[in-house]
Amino acid sequence: MKNKNNLGESLNNAMRSLWNNKVVVMFVVLCVFGIATSGKSVSHTVTEVFTRFGRNAFLVLALIIPVLAGLGLNFGIVVGAIAAQIAIFWVVSWGFTGVTGLLMCVLICTPLAILFGWLVGKLYNKTKGSEMITGMILAYFADGLYQFLFLFLIGGVIPVNNPTLIINGGVGVKNTIDLTGNIKYALDTISMLSIIQVLYIILAVITAAKLISRLVKKRELHLKSLLLRFAAATVVFALTFVPAVQTFLGQDRLLLLNAVELACLGAALFAVYLLLKGMVGEKKPFAQCYKRPVALAIVAGIVYALTYVTAIFQILIAVSLPVCTYLLIAVICFFNRWILSTKLGQDMRTVGQSRTVANSAGINVDKTRIIATCISTVLASWGQLIYLQNLGTFQTYGAHSMVGQYAIASLLVGGASVQKANNKQAILGVVLFHTLFVVAPLSASNLFGSALIGEYFRVFICYGVIALSLAMHAWKVIAKKKEEKAQSDAAPAES
Amino acid sequence: MGEAPYVLKMDGISKEYFGNRVLDNVSLSVKPGEIHALMGENGAGKSTLMNILFGMPVIHNTGGFTGTIEIDGEPVKIDSPQKAMELGIGMVHQEFMLIPGFTVTENIKVGREITQPTVASHIFGKSLEKLDTKAMAKDARKALDTIGLNIEEYVLVKGLPVGYMQFIEIAREIDKKGVRLLIFDEPTAVLTESEAARLLDTMRVIASKGIAIIFITHRLDEVIEVTDSITVLRDGQFIAKAQTKDTSAVKIAEMMIGRKVEKLFDDDKPDTRTLSDDDVILSLRNLKVDMPGEKVRDVSLNVRRGEVFGIGGLAGQGKLGIPNGIMGLCPAEGEVIFDGKPLDLKKLGEALRLGIAFVSEDRRGVGLLLDDSIEQNIVFSAMQVNGKFLKNYGIAKLYDGKAGRAHANEMIRELDIRCTGPTQAAGSLSGGNQQKVCIARALTLSPKLLIVSEPTRGIDIGAKKLVIELLAKLNREQGMTVIMVSSELTELRSLCDRIAIVSEGVVHRIMRPDDSDAAFGLAMSGAKMEGGAEQ
Repeated sequence: MKNKNNLGESLNNAMRSLWNNKVVVMFVVLCVFGIATSGKSVSHTVTEVFTRFGRNAFLVLALIIPVLAGLGLNFGIVVGAIAAQIAIFWVVSWGFTGVTGLLMCVLICTPLAILFGWLVGKLYNKTKGSEMITGMILAYFADGLYQFLFLFLIGGVIPVNNPTLIINGGVGVKNTIDLTGNIKYALDTISMLSIIQVLYIILAVITAAKLISRLVKKRELHLKSLLLRFAAATVVFALTFVPAVQTFLGQDRLLLLNAVELACLGAALFAVYLLLKGMVGEKKPFAQCYKRPVALAIVAGIVYALTYVTAIFQILIAVSLPVCTYLLIAVICFFNRWILSTKLGQDMRTVGQSRTVANSAGINVDKTRIIATCISTVLASWGQLIYLQNLGTFQTYGAHSMVGQYAIASLLVGGASVQKANNKQAILGVVLFHTLFVVAPLSASNLFGSALIGEYFRVFICYGVIALSLAMHAWKVIAKKKEEKAQSDAAPAES
Repeated sequence: MGEAPYVLKMDGISKEYFGNRVLDNVSLSVKPGEIHALMGENGAGKSTLMNILFGMPVIHNTGGFTGTIEIDGEPVKIDSPQKAMELGIGMVHQEFMLIPGFTVTENIKVGREITQPTVASHIFGKSLEKLDTKAMAKDARKALDTIGLNIEEYVLVKGLPVGYMQFIEIAREIDKKGVRLLIFDEPTAVLTESEAARLLDTMRVIASKGIAIIFITHRLDEVIEVTDSITVLRDGQFIAKAQTKDTSAVKIAEMMIGRKVEKLFDDDKPDTRTLSDDDVILSLRNLKVDMPGEKVRDVSLNVRRGEVFGIGGLAGQGKLGIPNGIMGLCPAEGEVIFDGKPLDLKKLGEALRLGIAFVSEDRRGVGLLLDDSIEQNIVFSAMQVNGKFLKNYGIAKLYDGKAGRAHANEMIRELDIRCTGPTQAAGSLSGGNQQKVCIARALTLSPKLLIVSEPTRGIDIGAKKLVIELLAKLNREQGMTVIMVSSELTELRSLCDRIAIVSEGVVHRIMRPDDSDAAFGLAMSGAKMEGGAEQ
């Protein structure tokens, strides 16, 4: 009897969580259908999706902070993309290449993006409550200014003498700029070894800075923990000089197989750490603290075992990940989480939930919103750099135009809404949206004999998802109001 | 030197809004640890006084105020809410200033989070310091324990019962450092009876810790129960300050209402009307109206044919919801029987069609087409509802200009509308004349029942008198049934045969115009102590 009840309840819960995630469920079904009918091997699709994930994830993650700060979906990230493109143009015309070129791009586009973000934030503060439509129109306006700059000012007013970039008449920038040989794959090809070297140098600098600041301010040194940490890092660094490790780390791409193996190893180590921490650190009996570590270890074991399944193995060895790009995506995920644990992040959440409460609590609402917009714009400009260096060709007048729509559609597909978004939804969304993007034309040409239908379908999905999500948001607001009314009606009746 | 006897002393406070004096030489003083009631009708100046104390921008955007404020004997200048908070003044709002998606701790600590420095905060400034959630939870627990609220500090506010929210607000205020004066603005309005009783207990606990409390409410019984002293305001004037133990609910009610009842019109003609309890023109049964800010919960009453029926009560208690619900302007439920026929509340315009005319309290918003001529304003309802002033040309009905003009001229003459002619834009008229145009339009419908809502709001005293006289004339000479909804007791009492006092969305009592001031005061306060003196 009791069991039956439990079963019914858990079934009920499962149904409810399915219903709550209906957008995600719908897209999972569409993706599975698309993959099944695409007529291509699964490993082809997976390879494509991983490439696109590396390209686009950063842009989507740039959208999360404005959502939390109550600005809704920031269509204004187009402005950040424009900042990145201006930077790329000048860096290419000055002839910088490789990592140097990329760093130059970052140096130029970051201050530009901060300036643009500040202006966009100012505008959003003047149009509170309708930031999304403002952002959309702003994107068109910014596009106009961008065209003015690239079609007329460059060459027309600012002399640029570079026949590969400038249209024959000497005024205006060509339609396409080839990035091969300058910044194409500049980020993707940074080897793991150099990442570790850079990190090691950064750690050394930080340790020194901490020591000096503590000495100057005459506070406690905590020398032991500081040196211990540095020593541990040195050991890791020394390991990289072992020839086998060195050749492995000398690569810039990591086979997905290796990545999965490494992740399993990491998870197992983490489980051991958790267990030790619980038993030795907090002195709890084994029975109390074994659940999480053991579960973790079991999952890791199962995943590792799965890599021996032939079909999965085939896929895993077909995909290779650009390490540095994926690392940056992970860093940005941590950044999004970290910022929420700070005072600034708490202010943003407060402002996002209620401007009146924030105001009466002495939080500078306008400033907080501007900071959120600035962060989003800067992240978007870096995201566009990553996107273009991976793509390798820069469509001068088209590269930025769909950035906002695609990124927002991805985020929404992952189950985010106008008011709620997190890293998980962003990542899931990118995977689903781009899977569909890859397979839709293939399965359409397979099923209907015309790839064009798939193309229509793709565009339809992108805008359809945005429209659907906005409509559902409005619907939810109405439902909430009704619920509140019912509650307030019920309240006096109880008394 | 001992401690200053008063934690707060406001002296000679005067404030004008656009030449309209809303506070005139008012003073207020509160001792530490005292619960002080601030009493007065709507428009008596309570909220303006508190806005001044709290440094609200609305005060400083409209030319500031005169008078002095002293905190602990020190003269201070409060020019922003932040300044008020720094001085230790806290406010518990009537509508909750809480964030549903936050935990109790986060709400208590909003804007005042405890932080620890991080690497990034050394470089980019304090706003990147990490939140110290443990210390925050500890502080929140302490504040909750102080007021005896037994909820976990880590739950979300979203799921809590409404009654708890007020207490979380209080916890937030007392968690602020150095708080010495708390303002409670109608805190019991949304609470159930037991919750309200707990709130009063909590107020006593807070006061016993030496924090002064200013308690704004219209519930007299609560004032008698919990406060030490009271200040009464009326029409922006300081009326009295008294110790609560030296006074009584009846006396306070008298002080709040007590004004010389000046008859607004001379009722010298003999009353020839015959009113009968059996001849009911409008009957309301369990009417519920969802009008924002004027919610009607459950109203049942009968209006006799030929009488002037008054509906009074404080703002926000639901009196305005009644006519707006009947006319279908706000979503309403319940049974309305007009002249023996049930009225469909869902259908907009149904009431008009059956012969109920309505003069809205929102004259410039709902009542008039401001840019159109007086003539258009007078005839448009009748054209729409009754098909008057239309010529039928077969394919289309067109406006009959001649008839409309003639009717407008007649109305202008009859109601004495001061204007340059029927083509003048209604928006350019004075308030009193605009009101007459509204009444003229209602009369053009030849209604069986006329409902006027706040007919004298925002018009000067001379015009007021004219409007009241006009209503009296319509009733006495033409036998028209009139329902008058008004916040001004004086005008209700000078014209109406019976007055229903609405409190908290229900009809509290039906009074006669010659009942005593104290009885009216008690009824408007919704005091639950009738049954004693009256009845």
